[in-house]
Amino acid sequence: MNAVIKAPAATRQFLSGNEAVARAVWECGVKVAAAYPGTPASEMLESVARYPDIYAEWSVNEKVSLEVAIGASMTGSRSFCCMKHVGMNVASDALMTLTLTGTPGGMVIAIADDVGMSSSQNEQDSRYWGRFAHLPILEPADSQEAYAMTKRAYALSEQFQCPVILRMTTRVCHVKCLVVGGEREAHQGAGFVKDPTRWVMVPGNAKRRLPMQLQREADLLAVAEQSDLNVLDEGSDRRIGFVTSGPAAMHVREAFPDMPMLKLGMSWPLPVEKVRAFAATVERLVVVEETEPLIETELRAAGLSVLGKEILPRIGELSPAVLRPRIGKLLGEAVVEEVPAAPVRPALEVFPRPPTMCPACPHLGVYFTLSQMKNVIISGDIGCYSLGVGHPWNSLDSLVSMGASMGIALGLDKGRGKSDENKKVLAVIGDSTFMHMGMTGLLDITYHGGNVTVLILDNRTVGMTGGQNTPANGRDIHGNPAPRIDFVKLVEALGVRRERIREVDPYELPTLFKALREETKIEEPSVIITNRPCVLIEDYVKREQLMVEEDRCTGCGTCIEVGCPAILVTRRGKEIKPNGREVDLSFVRIETSACTGCNLCVQTCGQKAIVPAV
Amino acid sequence: MNNNTTNILVVGTGGQGVMTAAEILAQAAIGQGLDVKKTEVAGMAQRGGVVSSHVRFGPKVLSPEIVVGEADILVGFEAAEAMRWCHYLRPGGVGMVNTLRLTPPIVSVGLFDYPADPIGEVRAAGVRVHDFDAGAIARQLGALNLVNTVMLGAIADLLPFPADVLKECILDRFRVGKPQWVEVNARAFDLGRAAAKTA
Repeated sequence: MNAVIKAPAATRQFLSGNEAVARAVWECGVKVAAAYPGTPASEMLESVARYPDIYAEWSVNEKVSLEVAIGASMTGSRSFCCMKHVGMNVASDALMTLTLTGTPGGMVIAIADDVGMSSSQNEQDSRYWGRFAHLPILEPADSQEAYAMTKRAYALSEQFQCPVILRMTTRVCHVKCLVVGGEREAHQGAGFVKDPTRWVMVPGNAKRRLPMQLQREADLLAVAEQSDLNVLDEGSDRRIGFVTSGPAAMHVREAFPDMPMLKLGMSWPLPVEKVRAFAATVERLVVVEETEPLIETELRAAGLSVLGKEILPRIGELSPAVLRPRIGKLLGEAVVEEVPAAPVRPALEVFPRPPTMCPACPHLGVYFTLSQMKNVIISGDIGCYSLGVGHPWNSLDSLVSMGASMGIALGLDKGRGKSDENKKVLAVIGDSTFMHMGMTGLLDITYHGGNVTVLILDNRTVGMTGGQNTPANGRDIHGNPAPRIDFVKLVEALGVRRERIREVDPYELPTLFKALREETKIEEPSVIITNRPCVLIEDYVKREQLMVEEDRCTGCGTCIEVGCPAILVTRRGKEIKPNGREVDLSFVRIETSACTGCNLCVQTCGQKAIVPAV
Repeated sequence: MNNNTTNILVVGTGGQGVMTAAEILAQAAIGQGLDVKKTEVAGMAQRGGVVSSHVRFGPKVLSPEIVVGEADILVGFEAAEAMRWCHYLRPGGVGMVNTLRLTPPIVSVGLFDYPADPIGEVRAAGVRVHDFDAGAIARQLGALNLVNTVMLGAIADLLPFPADVLKECILDRFRVGKPQWVEVNARAFDLGRAAAKTA
């Protein structure tokens, strides 16, 4: 990475889209950059933070990160903010008024859509925000464009005094290709200028700015109609003309190299007249976009005859393989030879290989314990511990959005139906997610006396996105010391009685089980905080590795219920119990090289067959 | 190679070094003045899941993804993963597979079965496949993480540039900072290359 940062202008570097955006942010003289991690956006700010002369921070949530960027922009400095698609749902309250105040210092907001949902709870098309907030949208197709468009976005932002949305997708963020960078330009904000009519959006002031945003959109439309970001790529085969944007353009060009294509780099405001002129040169117009039919619908509303989602999928990623047969069918029999035959061979059936929690993950003890509890409803949240929904724990009953475990648990408690009367309601949330959006939900639980037991799994990092620092580990984005949050004091301040707050070692199964049993019995809000760090961060200390003494293993299989991926079944058997019942046996071994000695399995083994490895 | 673009699909499980191998292949192609794109599907950032990395290089590369039935080379770091992805190979494409078998928890507990002869099934599907125990070579050289270099050595003679280009690219990663690893990586590469010829 240092090679990237030190790379002089005009050298070819092999960069992901995320790294390319970071390079451009640095070159543009950005002073303040803020984000909350989220796949596939996380590496943008990680990369930005490695450059000198930029203040970078992991904010506690996306809304705060956008507000930090807004403040910086008010001073005239350039700012940058990035997030995954669902992050903008959180930040949008700020966005929808930011569009009225505008930005003296250039501001780019990069939103990364997880098209195909490799690591998200839903699939959203962030281009809607351009329409909703009357802001321009730029859509890069690869790293080089991500770099170039970020630079253009800052110029556009300062010209029109509004933030520019850079719409990324997984296939831009995580694809590496060659990028030619440039020099850094110095940029100095002029300073904050007191102007309540602009910065204080009380109704009287905001009303006066409403016409401004509409005029700005009209002016931006004129720019889009002329912009060289919207590229017409001529083709000899005019039976179809493609209108496309983002990485979909690469797939179109690959699958149909001879057909004309209008690639919209600036896709909002939509340059309808440019498309209309293009339409006149081709037989049929096909819109290829990920994921919602936005361009398509607007072109149709403008009176153009277009095809789009009626022949192409509206869900998931497009690719040459998706496009070829569908467009081939549209073209009819005459071009069948251009459509490759069906795959050479069908895919072979292989077992699934879902992601697992790590050996010694502190969540293992929590989910092992939860899986032993009966008559519970467990409200879950977003993070590595979402995996608790899977085998062998099957211990999550809901997951909706960041921090939602709190409010949903309260609602489950207050809304109890007939069969829920004797059930215990629990919520499970990680440290970072709790600080992101969980704190307010817990306040709602305490304020309304919810009969809920909250588990805060404090592993001192944002684990799922790669172990970013948070206020829970006392380090900033650079790893420098920062104040560390005290969860006990925090939840006490949020109204949980001190007696109902427990700090528990998640490697101590009996303690954990006892705490859970006691707290769920008491009908008032309670919080159990686990205190072991994620095994992938520097705070984790490995302990003595373990092994199974084969001749002592009776095959009871209890240790397997922990869910540690280092415990493997070596052979199976059956046993008839004295009561005549037949039980399955699973004899195990431990992959000692993967073990870091958390001792969770040791506590489940009645035969004391799990011992330190020699 | 289709349309002058070489398509290499590297597959395995999280933590095996799939992405590093793909990165080295990409860097070697860049050194040859080629256009390169590399993309990964790694799912959630957890250990143990399926990882596949697509590397495409040629005079000009557009889409980053390899289309099913168009891969020239499949590098399989694990036997069942090679089986999962072998339909990506074009007719005449080559699979280079480490015979290592990694059993995930859901197989270990008996919910699913690990195929008895995954490489046999790949072969039965009509794929030209070379398989060998890359781990044994790595262990013989004293470090299991040399598997990566062994596998790259094994495909070195299938690339559209000389094998030494790839070898130098690997060794360059160690020359600055970890010079003690240069010699053993060179041997790992050569042994992988030799193993592919006899596999």
